[in-house]
Amino acid sequence: MKALTLAATTLIAASAAVAETPELVVYTYDSFVSDWGPGPQIEKAFEETCGCDLKFVGNGDGAALLARLKLEGERSDADLVLGLDTSLIAAAKETGLFADTDVTADYALPIEWTDSTFAPYDWGYFAFVHNKDMTPPANFKALGESDLKIVIQDPRSSTPGLGLLMWVKDAYGDKAPAIWEGLADNVVTVTKGWSEAYGLFLEGEADMVLSYTTSPAYHIIAEEDETKAAVVFDEGHYMQIEVVGRLSGSDQPELAAEFMQFMVSDAAQSILPTTNWMYPAVMPSGGLPQGFEALVQPENARLIEADKVPALRDEALAEWLGALSQ
Amino acid sequence: MAWRSVPVSTKSGVSMAALVVVLILGALIAVLSRAEAGTGFAPSDWAAMRFTVWQAFLSALFSVLLAVPVARALARRRFLGRGVLVTLLGAPFILPVIVAVLGLLAVFGRSGWLNLLLEGLGLPAVSIYGIQGVVLAHVFFNLPLATRLLLQGWQTVPAERFRLAAQLRLTPWAVFRTLELPLLRKVVPGVAALIFVICLTSFAVALTLGGGPRATTLELAIYQAFRFDFDLGRAALLSVVQLVMAGGAALLALWIIPAISMGSGQDRPLLRWDARGGWQRLWDGCVIALAAGFLLVPLCAVVLRGVTGIVVMPGSVWQAAGASFYVSVLSVLVLGAIALPMAGWIASRRAGGVEAVGLLGLSASPLMIGTGWFIVINPLMNPAALALPVTALVNALMALPFVLRIIVPRLRDTLQDFGRVTETLGMRGWPLWRWVILPRLAPQLGFAAGLTGALSMGDLGVITLFADMDRATLPLQMYRLMGAYQMQAASGAALLLLVMALGAFWACDAVGKHYAAA
Amino acid sequence: MLRLEGIEIALGDFRLRAEMELAQGQSYAVIGPSGAGKSTLLGALCGFVPLRAGRVVWQSQDITTAPPGERPMTMLFQDNNLFPHLSVTQNVGLGIRPDMRLSVEDKDRVAAALARVGLADQAGKKPGALSGGQQSRVALARVLVQARPWVLLDEPFAALGPALRLEMLDLVAGLVAETGAGLIMVTHTPEDVRRIADQVIFVDDGVARAPEPAAELMDNPPPELKAYLG
Repeated sequence: MKALTLAATTLIAASAAVAETPELVVYTYDSFVSDWGPGPQIEKAFEETCGCDLKFVGNGDGAALLARLKLEGERSDADLVLGLDTSLIAAAKETGLFADTDVTADYALPIEWTDSTFAPYDWGYFAFVHNKDMTPPANFKALGESDLKIVIQDPRSSTPGLGLLMWVKDAYGDKAPAIWEGLADNVVTVTKGWSEAYGLFLEGEADMVLSYTTSPAYHIIAEEDETKAAVVFDEGHYMQIEVVGRLSGSDQPELAAEFMQFMVSDAAQSILPTTNWMYPAVMPSGGLPQGFEALVQPENARLIEADKVPALRDEALAEWLGALSQ
Repeated sequence: MAWRSVPVSTKSGVSMAALVVVLILGALIAVLSRAEAGTGFAPSDWAAMRFTVWQAFLSALFSVLLAVPVARALARRRFLGRGVLVTLLGAPFILPVIVAVLGLLAVFGRSGWLNLLLEGLGLPAVSIYGIQGVVLAHVFFNLPLATRLLLQGWQTVPAERFRLAAQLRLTPWAVFRTLELPLLRKVVPGVAALIFVICLTSFAVALTLGGGPRATTLELAIYQAFRFDFDLGRAALLSVVQLVMAGGAALLALWIIPAISMGSGQDRPLLRWDARGGWQRLWDGCVIALAAGFLLVPLCAVVLRGVTGIVVMPGSVWQAAGASFYVSVLSVLVLGAIALPMAGWIASRRAGGVEAVGLLGLSASPLMIGTGWFIVINPLMNPAALALPVTALVNALMALPFVLRIIVPRLRDTLQDFGRVTETLGMRGWPLWRWVILPRLAPQLGFAAGLTGALSMGDLGVITLFADMDRATLPLQMYRLMGAYQMQAASGAALLLLVMALGAFWACDAVGKHYAAA
Repeated sequence: MLRLEGIEIALGDFRLRAEMELAQGQSYAVIGPSGAGKSTLLGALCGFVPLRAGRVVWQSQDITTAPPGERPMTMLFQDNNLFPHLSVTQNVGLGIRPDMRLSVEDKDRVAAALARVGLADQAGKKPGALSGGQQSRVALARVLVQARPWVLLDEPFAALGPALRLEMLDLVAGLVAETGAGLIMVTHTPEDVRRIADQVIFVDDGVARAPEPAAELMDNPPPELKAYLG
């Protein structure tokens, strides 16, 4: 709000000195700010302590978020960006718009968190979700050999789609094209984003959909529907870690730092599991909500280092296109 | 007749056309201004171009081919509920893509009603995924539009001609040859071009129903360049390719539209004396029933799913509905300011080539326009503050070619019939519009306003770039609900959207017809 | 005085030349074979057909390029003289104010004109609800309120029956006599010529000949006119 705030400040200074409530602007993805998303509760909880006005600005998905930030550059009104994931961190750092952070927490992540710019606030494993009335395959090879139909997201337009791409690439390396060729006849279709794919799956268009191991928790807790489950693949599961970072151009650096620390605090962490349907980055004092214990636990967590993602992505994308375009 | 008779001022029309060009090229230049040396064409882009053109061609072809018998049947039959049916048939066109796709899948999907029926009959299942699905969905979207435009063409044939045809006892074939074929030659190329261009910019439908990356369109490549790679140079390059392809199609189509007028009658209600035979009635009945089934059954699926969702919709959905309504009204106003002068200019020219300018807005990627103007606005003020006006403007640009196609032919006829008398009376400027053009065009204007209002109600283009939490429109809110697993509430929002869009469409259409009848 | 100075009209292959002086208050009939250019001549006078050469001069003022609405003339066409969506009163009112902002006096003039043509009781109707003859009367009422020095008729009564047509012609003759306007009318009927025309402009073979007194010409036609009259 720089330009506007400046104008407003001038006006106010001219009339009377009024203590203005500072505004903290957080860019995030759309589903975070929806009524059932974490946004409203997080906002309420943070505003109770900060003496500020927290404003979420929803913007597509993680990739769209970064694109908008790049468009705005230094002039961005945002103080923080929440919702980039591990695939986007390298690209985000390249913009030079982010400030380092000293946020610390006792992370409950399957990997060690060392990044000094971003703080993780939740995470999950990508996984195929299916109805329990079928026997799921044990890995990508078995899936490729089966007659099962799957819906996936396009890696060119969605973060889960990109996650799957990296998953297969990380697990199979040079053999990834063969895996994709095996999967080609299983893929019913490829959608623009997660919502379309999940919608198609719920409509019965496919046996499995690419989502998260935590997705069934939503059905169990919010809908008391226990028919959905995620399948564990023995290759291990690719992780998505969602992070928050503050911009160096923020006019509220202290408040921004305070918000980052808040995001890994118990107050925020206990909100996330049943609103964002992901695992909290720090175990809340009350533990995980009931229903999460029913979720499958992959034994092997996979994640490609952030700075290696861009190069691998281009290679994997070409392989993916080649295999599925035939 | 070679007489000069151009009472409409062309100056404002030319300026509005220039404005449209500036809005689009300005965006393009803005995007280019921020472009770094990016990658040029990739081999996959050529494949995307081929697929884009091919699916758009097939979609336009089938939409128009199927629309001709439907419009013909609707033009010569009067039955109870005809008006309602014609309004309802407009619904698919204004539905947000994902809603329509889910509706189609409920009928044609792997576990859809059609396949359940086939299974029951012991027949093999059919798959919607592939080019057939893309074309099916595009026909679903565009058949109603094509039908309405053709139907409107039929209605421009003066009642006197059909009376003459009846008196001469022309056979249906002869009626077709002498009255309908010239009409089709006049209307079809423009309609086909319009649908071709709409389908050129298809993205989610093509991808989802195309069954994978084989069905990659240019718009997807543009999306990827903008949002995933942030390669603005490549995005601009692909946008130009899209503009050129659409522009080429538009010019070709408008070039082959013959400049013939059907002339005018005395505003008598259109009664038909031809095609009274039993077989023709049966045929028309079947055509109407099939079209209605094809278009309305998926809509029923949307309604059925939505009814349960309405009750669980959060309050924010209603707020978003308010925002959508505001955008919709604003779009109609903006469009009126742009389209009417432009239509006046185009209609007073012999050749229709400049109508192609109208197609620019449709053929430009909304993402490109939005990003371009975001870049322009950002240094001046917070783009979010302009989210709704910009959305309205972009929606108006998208609707411009439809509206021109709707009003230009009628305006051309009006000027041809009454141009001389208005000139001898010295009617120019506002009085000419107020007393002659607007009343003569009332039904077309109502239709155009309804279409624009409904279209911008359901649009999810540029708003995603600009909107923040408080300014979400209904389609955006619906997507947000889906993104939060709230499929049921999203279905409710979809139903609300359908009702609002249809309501806007119906209301404008009815007002137009009322004025025409008064 | 309306002068046509060395006028040349070219539309595609069609050519028409004219050189003449027309006196206000006189009635001119334009006759000639179909396709000779009678309507085109009127269109040129009114400003609808561009001239390739020559000038149109009205009272020593060059009006060659004046727009139709600003010429000292009004014209009735073969069709589409009335707006079907406007009432009779509105159709006539447009003759006074093209923006329809009629003052009380203007409205009185409209009513008087309608009374003059015998349509006082039809004022609120739409043209579609009137007979052909009544529609012609509405158009004539508008001509009356326009009160231009010249009235041009391009066979507006061609679709009417013979008795009705003559009735309309008499009405026109009466109206122009009252207003002192000149009349230029295209016709195919020698009877009409004798009935109301003072002078005849014969159009044939790419030339609109200078007017000649009607009675003499009709009694003693030159060979080309004789061939046309049959």
